[in-house]
Amino acid sequence: MNSGLLPLAVLLTSALAGVVIFLLRERQHRLRTGVNLTAALLKLLLVGLLLNGVLQGREYTLRIPFTDGAELLLRADPLALLFLSLSAVLWLITTIYAIGYLEGAPHRSRFFGFFSLCVSATAGVALAGNLLTFLLFFELLTLTTWPLVVHRGTEKALRAGVVYLAYTLGGGTLLLLGTVWLHTLVGSTLFVPGGVTDPGGQISAATWQAIAALLLLGVGVKAALVPLHGWLPRAMVAPAPVSALLHAVAVVKAGAFGVVRILYDVVGIERAVALNIAPLLAMLAAATIIWGSLRALEQQNLKRRLAFSTVSQVSYITLGAAMAGPLALIGGLVHLVHQGLMKITLFFCAGNLAKTLGVHSVGQMRGVGRRMPLTMLAFTLAALGMIGLPPMAGFVSKWYLGLGALEAGHGGWIAVLALSSVLNAAYFLPLLYSVWFRSPLPQEEGEWQPVLQRGGHETALTLLLPTLFVALAALLAGLFAATADSPLAWAELIVRREYFR
Amino acid sequence: MSEALVVLMVLLPLLLAGMLLLAPGGWRQRMGLSATLLSVAPLPPLLWSVWHSGVVEVALGGWQPPLGIALRADGLALLLLTLTALIALPLGLHAGPWFRAHATVGGRGGEWFWPLWLFLWSSLNLLFLAADLFNAYVGLELGGLAAVALVALGGGRDALQAALRYLLLALFASMLYLLGVALLYGAGGTLDLALLGGRLESGVASRAALVLITLGLSLKGALVPFHFWLPPAHATAPAPVSALLSALVVKAPLVLLLRIWFELFVPLGFGAAGEVLTLLGVVAILWGSLQALRQQRIKPLVAWSTVAQLGYLFLVFAIATGLAWSATLLHLTAHALAKAALFLAAGNIVLALGDDRLSSLRGASHGMPLTFFTVGLAGVSLMGLPPSGGFVAKWLLLQAALEQGRWLPVVAILAGSLLAAAYLFPLLRHALTGTLKPTGESAGRSLPLRLELPPLLLALLALLLGVLASWPLALLKPAMPVVLS
Repeated sequence: MNSGLLPLAVLLTSALAGVVIFLLRERQHRLRTGVNLTAALLKLLLVGLLLNGVLQGREYTLRIPFTDGAELLLRADPLALLFLSLSAVLWLITTIYAIGYLEGAPHRSRFFGFFSLCVSATAGVALAGNLLTFLLFFELLTLTTWPLVVHRGTEKALRAGVVYLAYTLGGGTLLLLGTVWLHTLVGSTLFVPGGVTDPGGQISAATWQAIAALLLLGVGVKAALVPLHGWLPRAMVAPAPVSALLHAVAVVKAGAFGVVRILYDVVGIERAVALNIAPLLAMLAAATIIWGSLRALEQQNLKRRLAFSTVSQVSYITLGAAMAGPLALIGGLVHLVHQGLMKITLFFCAGNLAKTLGVHSVGQMRGVGRRMPLTMLAFTLAALGMIGLPPMAGFVSKWYLGLGALEAGHGGWIAVLALSSVLNAAYFLPLLYSVWFRSPLPQEEGEWQPVLQRGGHETALTLLLPTLFVALAALLAGLFAATADSPLAWAELIVRREYFR
Repeated sequence: MSEALVVLMVLLPLLLAGMLLLAPGGWRQRMGLSATLLSVAPLPPLLWSVWHSGVVEVALGGWQPPLGIALRADGLALLLLTLTALIALPLGLHAGPWFRAHATVGGRGGEWFWPLWLFLWSSLNLLFLAADLFNAYVGLELGGLAAVALVALGGGRDALQAALRYLLLALFASMLYLLGVALLYGAGGTLDLALLGGRLESGVASRAALVLITLGLSLKGALVPFHFWLPPAHATAPAPVSALLSALVVKAPLVLLLRIWFELFVPLGFGAAGEVLTLLGVVAILWGSLQALRQQRIKPLVAWSTVAQLGYLFLVFAIATGLAWSATLLHLTAHALAKAALFLAAGNIVLALGDDRLSSLRGASHGMPLTFFTVGLAGVSLMGLPPSGGFVAKWLLLQAALEQGRWLPVVAILAGSLLAAAYLFPLLRHALTGTLKPTGESAGRSLPLRLELPPLLLALLALLLGVLASWPLALLKPAMPVVLS
């Protein structure tokens, strides 16, 4: 196969599936499910081919002329594949989950249509080979996720949609300005490991700082960096599969991925350190980590608590990238995958609780472990991973971040990581205790509403199996981190091959 | 052969307009679509010819300039002819059913729409193809009269008032333009745009001509502060007419101004006056957007959006580079397609709801999902988001402004797109909240596909322009004024 066509095929599988699904009638459930799963499996297969090819050092690039001086470029490099594989696997799982979750709900053709387009946009963000292409798919991601956020169509959902658009379009505008500015100065926005070259050095330090600030703030909105995170907790009104997708795969991840791209492939990490961009960003990330955890503590709504936890956890990735050392970067990159697996587990569990028992708040979860043991087992594993306990995946990320902090000689960051772990424990451990060891209040047990037809299991299998699968994946990613096929090994490959040779 | 095609582009719609005018009432509506198809017919071979062998010039009646009437089909003219045709075709599909549906709720005007529109089309084509300033005047004046009559088709007090205001303005503006042209003729002894360039000198006469022509064309092009006539005219006209006015008619004077400015005035050293136009463009973007934000009704909102979007087209006068020139024409094209789609879709919504208040949009989308989808797609292009033509134009325009270190236009462009998102949002916020029957099936469609598809087609063209932007850019390149290339 022509090496440029494979990345394009990866994009098109989900985009075409989206278009086909839009055209289906609301009641054609089976056909829609068939299209959804076929496309997701096909995409997984293509990504597998791509992964194998990149591992063997093959090049995959596709150029499309845009205007005279600029082109769209799709390119599969190791960093792209890290994000792409994560999104391809989790798309399949989330699709299965969403089919179960939305059974009997209205507007499913519209939902799954935008769902597929959103995954295409994410793949585009991953495969972008220059800043222009990145910007294009980044904005497309905004457009395709907005209908998902307001899917329920309630007044609250609409308000969240407005906030979401205001933040993300604002961020997109900053990103656009930074991108055009850079393009005007150097005539290209190609991603180059080590940063865009500036022949003759005619770009002043102040200009670099301004451009970097525009770009990083632009992606920082989606990465939910404090104080640009306000949209994320509000977007929680969306259905659970959407929250899962937003937090673990698409939007927030695209932001964090963008931070890494901009720091390492556009600004260049050496320049970023020399111009004080990276240290400032690290401070912002550290503040976000602490602030998100503090806010999570006071949330009584389960999904809101998880949302603030995301604000905090995603900034680990930014912090790892901004510490500017190989080990820290490995920690940040691997957390991109690990946080994805753990957070999607938590959101699936929250969805199961809401869908099966009508449980939405933390207080209603007393004793729920007896009623839904498997779901809560998955929840427990993921929560422990978030805290950073071995052998869960979260421990591996934090270990490398800590090593990286030592390597960079910034002991302070270790304190931030430790404090964050303590706070994570503070908002997860009492909850876990209450889930497993306390008995439900009689009147609350009465409030548990059997919302769903569930067969002989604790909840519908389409909800339960994806949940268990991702929890298991999060466990295995931690247990087998040292093997050659783990996300950790891939993160190490990226760092050694591209950024710190 | 190509010469004949150029002439046919002007003559065919004119002849067809005459025929339809004389035809009995019922025939006028029935023949509308056929007349549209016939008028488009000479375009593809002409496009082919210009693309492959360059400019086609025609001297009518065999008289060479400076005496005769000359037409000149260059890349710029071809882009606008194509744009007009691309809007005319979906419009031809939409206007018939729309006026019929409009008539069932007591609306009028359907029978006169076709002859007037064909007449307008002929005048627009003449203006785009004109090689001399007087020809352009004829196109400008006749087009203006046809447009006024089309606005008056809306019937009712408001429409007539708007039409009258529009008429007075159009006459005054073309008079200013004609005065300017007369001064240039006195100074240069010819009306041919290409010949005038070498013969003019910087002096009082040419200075006065600059002021008069610019003023006249800015009035017709609704540049702030001369925009006051546009919102009532565009908002009260029947939907297909609004689409034509916003997409094409207000653009025509600007195209003429671009030609005259960069082929005559800039070489004369008057380029600095462009600062004023750009400043007014910036004001237009901001003021038009803010007014659009304040509107409570659908069509005035869309009309004010036109005022704002026209502002972008005036940024080029101070930036004054080839890139900015191409970007401006690309923006013009993208806006024309998207705004035509939006006005037709808005017309559908108003027709289906019988009401054009924004507040009555709640739950309106279930009967016409495609129309709301169209509004969304057109909105994407108007906001300048990828992958639309609006995005490519914005990108190029930003690049041109940054290359010249002009930060005011940069800020205006970026603020303009955010404001566009804000003022278009009320149209879209209820797009996904259709009320549903308990079965989960959406309620029956209340609009026929014949009304829903043409605007969708236009919106898709606006998106497609984002992917195929290199085609119009390549067409424009050889037509770029010498001072810019």
